Amino acid sequence: MKPNDYDIAVIGGGNAALCAAMTAAEAGARVLILETAPKAYRGGNSRHTRNFRCMHRAPLGPLVEAYSEDEYFADLMKVTKGKTDEHLARLAIRTSEECLPWMEAHGVRFQPSLSGTLSLARTNAFFMGGGKSLVNAYYRTAAKLGVDVLYEANVTHLELNGDTIEWIDFTHEDQDIRITPKSVVVASGGFQADTDWLTRAWGPAAKNFLIRGTPYNRGVVLADLLEQGVSQVGDADQCHAVAIDGRAPKFDGGIVTRLDCVPFSIVVNKDAQRFYDEGEDTWPKRYAIWGRLVAAQPDQVGHVVIDAKSLNLFMPSVFPPLKADTLEELAEMMGIPADKLVKTVEEFNAACGDTSNFHPTELDGVTTTGITPAKTNWARPITEAPFYGYSLRTGVTFTYLGLKVDENAQCSTADGPIKNLWAAGETMAGSILGQGYLAGYGMTIGTVFGRIAGREAANHAN
Amino acid sequence: MQTNALTDMNPDFLGEARRQAEICNACRYCEGYCSVFPALHADRAFSDGDITQLANLCHNCRGCYYACQYTAPHEFELNLPAALAEVRRDSWESFAWPQPVARRFHTSGGMIALALVIGFALILFALRALGSAGGEGFYAAMSHNAMVAIFAPAFILPLVSLAISLRRYWHSVGGTTLKLADITGAFGRAAKMQDLAAGHGEGCNFEDEDRFSQSRRHVHQMVMYGFLLCFAATSSATVMHYVFGLHAPYAFFSLPKLLGLIGGLLHTIGCVWMVALKLKSDRHLGDVQAWGGEIGFIALLGFVGFSGLMLYALGQTALMPAMLAIHLGAVLTFFLLTPFTKMAHGFYRLTALIRDAQRKRLQG
Repeated sequence: MKPNDYDIAVIGGGNAALCAAMTAAEAGARVLILETAPKAYRGGNSRHTRNFRCMHRAPLGPLVEAYSEDEYFADLMKVTKGKTDEHLARLAIRTSEECLPWMEAHGVRFQPSLSGTLSLARTNAFFMGGGKSLVNAYYRTAAKLGVDVLYEANVTHLELNGDTIEWIDFTHEDQDIRITPKSVVVASGGFQADTDWLTRAWGPAAKNFLIRGTPYNRGVVLADLLEQGVSQVGDADQCHAVAIDGRAPKFDGGIVTRLDCVPFSIVVNKDAQRFYDEGEDTWPKRYAIWGRLVAAQPDQVGHVVIDAKSLNLFMPSVFPPLKADTLEELAEMMGIPADKLVKTVEEFNAACGDTSNFHPTELDGVTTTGITPAKTNWARPITEAPFYGYSLRTGVTFTYLGLKVDENAQCSTADGPIKNLWAAGETMAGSILGQGYLAGYGMTIGTVFGRIAGREAANHAN
Repeated sequence: MQTNALTDMNPDFLGEARRQAEICNACRYCEGYCSVFPALHADRAFSDGDITQLANLCHNCRGCYYACQYTAPHEFELNLPAALAEVRRDSWESFAWPQPVARRFHTSGGMIALALVIGFALILFALRALGSAGGEGFYAAMSHNAMVAIFAPAFILPLVSLAISLRRYWHSVGGTTLKLADITGAFGRAAKMQDLAAGHGEGCNFEDEDRFSQSRRHVHQMVMYGFLLCFAATSSATVMHYVFGLHAPYAFFSLPKLLGLIGGLLHTIGCVWMVALKLKSDRHLGDVQAWGGEIGFIALLGFVGFSGLMLYALGQTALMPAMLAIHLGAVLTFFLLTPFTKMAHGFYRLTALIRDAQRKRLQG
């Protein structure tokens, strides 16, 4: 078929885009996916994901016991501190239960909770092989359903006229192409890979941020639509950001750049000063806030210091830690003032008390007394050589500023709904998440709203 | 002596596999696919012996490659199936005994073909020199005693060689005292070829990129069970000859004939099919250097089966002595090369699976 023969254009090639495309194709529509990445990098951030947070009233697939709508919603409210659209959030949660069998029917395979993630065995269904295998399975299923895909198709403009998208402009293989599909689904992610945009939102600090996922989410379509008055949601400086290994590549470092050592460490800034309670809670519940904590430090960097007795308490890191026989040597390797680090460690050690209740996998209440900030769990003195160090940087997963949608995933302007434009996935996640992040919820939003967008787009086109 | 075998291994192969394993250990997405990842995730650091064990556990199903977000063009350039394939072949070569022939055949189909020609020549020479003592059937061309004189050592010497190699392997990967459960567990996995099934049981990614398919698993089992049936045919004939005094030639409805015919068909067709699958696969996800040696080996194995079937078909004709020489030459070559060709993989895989069952038992 020629590019103009399709009923529906789906912009983006990750989980939400594929869910929309498959759903629309199953409803009888002719669907074209415009994926900006080359085939090897298709799938956006989905290729780095690993699980799907799923409500279930009884054991379901790989998930044990039950996870109710209310518990799921309460977990979400805790991390977003109430900045959540309850109506859409509950819609995503409720629908997640029927999604899991749908995902299996479309080729996704699950595996038991990975070693090191037992705490998620009840709430999160892990993809066998991770997100890229999910993406591969969906592309195969989509192909069987007759969905066509153009890789390296860069959408440059959607022409909005009143309440209608009139056409799409994109470039492909050095050609400028204009198509006029009946329906359009935007599922092309946030803008985090556009450093200039990130800098406008965050200030110069953003230059030191690492982007955990795809370099192709530059927000081109998002910016184009917002400029034309499509309704926006979310703050530009809100995003899913975590603290990751400072040596990670600028883009696409993915899961392996995470560091799980913070709870057993002290973390200092470039002046060798501590700045937050490292033992506030277990790491899976705290890694997301550390992204913002590190972003607030000078040069947007943190330095983790642990000693020999803690080295094997956390998941292995992809890059080996710095290692030194003395704190002075370690400080030198880290490029921070040695005398100040020694002083900080001495003060911390003096504030540690009885450590006999130390328990690495539970909140053990082994706390410091008399220093600020306190370390309220796992507080053991840093004494045993060799000493190890990691640097921490802010790693952005995706930005929340996006397209505002309703329960039909439909976009709008100030004058009302746009009758042939829907959005799904990270590009509209800000409609639900105001701040904070809950592991596996991005895939829930993408799957639920991708399917809704596909259904609505097909209804309109047919 | 045992650690010497490890020091013979190529440090570049080991280093590259270790680099990749450390990245895998920080990711863990592939945990459900096969035996390699749970074993890998049980360690924080990987000795040369650990890497060698992981390499021999890997069945090259390629599920992890197509699922990996770090394959090229990503800067991490992961290609674990290829890295482990190189270490694996290097381990077979390094542990082999005797060493002077260890590195001749794995990477060279030409050397295997040359060995086959020599095998034919040896049998032809034996036919001429020893002749027949006037027996029936095949024994009209070569006496039973002459066959035994040639094939008993040709069978036993490779087994001795393999035993030495596997003992080196076992010590290199840290194996300890065995329990029966370790062995039965390993045979159970091999019997079903579970490591080519992926965790979800839908097969491996081989002939069509990331599409899961049972073809390779089923074809492998055709070859393996076909070969074992042929072996059972010979064994049953040996028992009939020595225990019951029933001498060849045997009738169609006899154990040696039925087992041999079914086995020969299975393993001949299986080998042809396996080559066809390999030609469709991406050879850069395997040991590129060993490509020729692997195809040469499958061709040899298939030819052993095919020539056996032909011998059966032409056994009553004037072509029988020539066919007998061709078949026995192929069998002789195949036996003698067993420790030095891909045929060794079955023995190493089983040993690795036994060691893995042991690890799981000891680590709980």
